[in-house]
Amino acid sequence: MGEKVTLRVWRGDAGQGELVDFQVEANEGEVILDVLHRLQATQAGDLAVRWNCKAGKCGSCSMEINGQPRLACMTRMSVFEPGQPVTLTPLRTFPVIRDLVTDVSFNYVKARQIPSFTPDPAVGLGEFRMQQVDVQRSQEFRKCIECFLCQNVCHVIRDHADNERAFAGPRFLMRVAELEMHPADEADRRDIAQDDFGLGLCNITKCCTEVCPENIKITDNALIPMKERVAGRKYDPLVWLGSKIGRRPRPAGTAAVPGTRGDSGSAGEQQG
Amino acid sequence: MTQVTAAPARTRAQIAERTLRKDPWWRVPAVTATLLTIWVAYATVRVFMGHWYYVPQYHYLTPFYSPCINGECVPGSASLGTWLPALPPIIPYALVSLPFILGFRLSCYYYRRAYYRSFWQAPTACAVREPHATYSGETRFPLIMQNLHRYFFWITVAVSVLNTYDLIQAFHGKTGGVGLGLGTLIMLVNVVLLWGYTLGCHSCRHITGGRLKNFSKHPVRYWAWTRVSWLNARHMQFAWTTLGTLMLTDLYIALLAAGVFSDPRIFN
Repeated sequence: MGEKVTLRVWRGDAGQGELVDFQVEANEGEVILDVLHRLQATQAGDLAVRWNCKAGKCGSCSMEINGQPRLACMTRMSVFEPGQPVTLTPLRTFPVIRDLVTDVSFNYVKARQIPSFTPDPAVGLGEFRMQQVDVQRSQEFRKCIECFLCQNVCHVIRDHADNERAFAGPRFLMRVAELEMHPADEADRRDIAQDDFGLGLCNITKCCTEVCPENIKITDNALIPMKERVAGRKYDPLVWLGSKIGRRPRPAGTAAVPGTRGDSGSAGEQQG
Repeated sequence: MTQVTAAPARTRAQIAERTLRKDPWWRVPAVTATLLTIWVAYATVRVFMGHWYYVPQYHYLTPFYSPCINGECVPGSASLGTWLPALPPIIPYALVSLPFILGFRLSCYYYRRAYYRSFWQAPTACAVREPHATYSGETRFPLIMQNLHRYFFWITVAVSVLNTYDLIQAFHGKTGGVGLGLGTLIMLVNVVLLWGYTLGCHSCRHITGGRLKNFSKHPVRYWAWTRVSWLNARHMQFAWTTLGTLMLTDLYIALLAAGVFSDPRIFN
C-alpha cells in the first residue's frame, strides 16, 4: 500500500482552466505518469494526458512538473518532498487542447521549412562512403526524441510569442546544424539559419540543454557551432573584405523551403 | 446531418504565476551577479590604482598591468617598452591589452549566458518568466557585435603569450639567475589556467576544426578539435577559476609590492 500524494493538476481547455487538487496513491518506484494513470482510473476519467511508450523514448508525455519542463514517464515520485503537493501543468509555450495536452503543431510547421539533406547529385545511390568521425557530431543530434521540452523552455518564444514566426527554436536550429555538419550535404543553410530561423535571437542561456532528457548538448554542440558558422558567413569583416575584392567568392546560400514560411500565404502559415 | 463541433481556441494555458518552480532558482543568478560585481569592482580599482603592480626583486608583474606601456611604468616592468608619455593612471597602464581582454570575456559564450541571466534577466532562470516586454536577442547593435568574438580570441592569444613571457621573467632569483618563489608558482597556475580558458573558447573550437564537414580528411585538425573540445566542455570552470587566479595573482603581487610581507622562496 503506497502513500497518498497531492497532485495539483491544471484542468481546462482553450487556455481557460485552473489548478485542481487530487489525493492519489503513489507506490515506491512509481513515476508521475503512473500516478496520473491512477488518477484517471479512480477519480478523473476525463483527464487528458498524452503518453505512449512510458520509457522516455517517444517524447509524448512532456509537461511541466513543479514548473520544470520534464517527461512524466521519467520523473520519479521519490524526487519530491514528502507531504508537498506536486504541480502538473501543460507546456506553457504551446496552445492547450485540454488539461495536460498541448498542440505542438508549431514544431511540425518549423520542421517543414528546413531544406532537407542535399547530397551531391553526381554521387549515385549507395556510392557515398563516410567514416565514423565524420558523422559522430550529427549522431548526437539524432538522439532527439522530439519531446519539444527545449522548444517549450526557450524564453525567446515562451516569453515572447511575437517571435514565433521568426524563430525556429533550438530543436530545429539543431536540425540545421546537423545538416550543415553532414559530410555529404551540399546545401548552405547559414544565411537562412540567421535570417529565416532566428539564430540571432538565441542568447545561449542553455535552458534547452538543461531540460533535454537525452542529454544532448544542444547549445555547445549545435547552436554555438552554428553561430560561429554564421559569424564566418555574415559578420566576419575579413571574409566580407575577401568577397569584395574577389579573393573569397560568396555564392548564394540555400533558401528555406518555398511556400512553408507563410510568405505566399500557403498552408505553412504560422499558427498559434 | 452531422453537427460540426468548433475547434477549441488556440490559446496557451493562462497561468498567472511567473513560475511554478519550487527549487531556489534565484540562487545561481544571485551568486553569479554578486561574484561578477565583486570582481569587476576589484579589477577597476586595481587597474586605475597605478602602483603596487611590480616586484622588481623577482620580476613579478601583475597581469592587470601587462604590458605596461605608460611612461610612468616603474623600471623593469615595461617588457615591450613604453609607448606613451608619463600619463596619470586614469588611462590604464596596460591600455593595449585590457580592452581586448574585456571584450574577449564579454563576448565569451559562457559569460554571455552568465550575465544575460544574472544581470539582464533574459531569462533569470529556465522556465521563469522574464521581465522584458520585448526581446531581440543578438540581432541588433550592440549585441550583434558578439559575433566578433573570434577576433578578441586572437588578440587574447597574443596577450596569453605575453603573460607566459611575464611568467618566465618571474623565475628570476633574488641574487640573479634562476629562482623560485611562491609568487612564481601562483603566476604559473594563473598562466596555465588562462591558456586553458583561452584555448577552450568556442571560437577556437570552431577555428581548429569545428567549421569542417569532413574530419577524416583533416586528421591533425580533428585531433586539435578533440583537445579543444575537452577544454571547451570545462569552459565555465576555467572562466571562474581564472577570475579567481587573476585576482589572487594581482592581490599577491600588490601585497608584496606594498611590503606587507615578503615572498617565501623555495630557492634563490
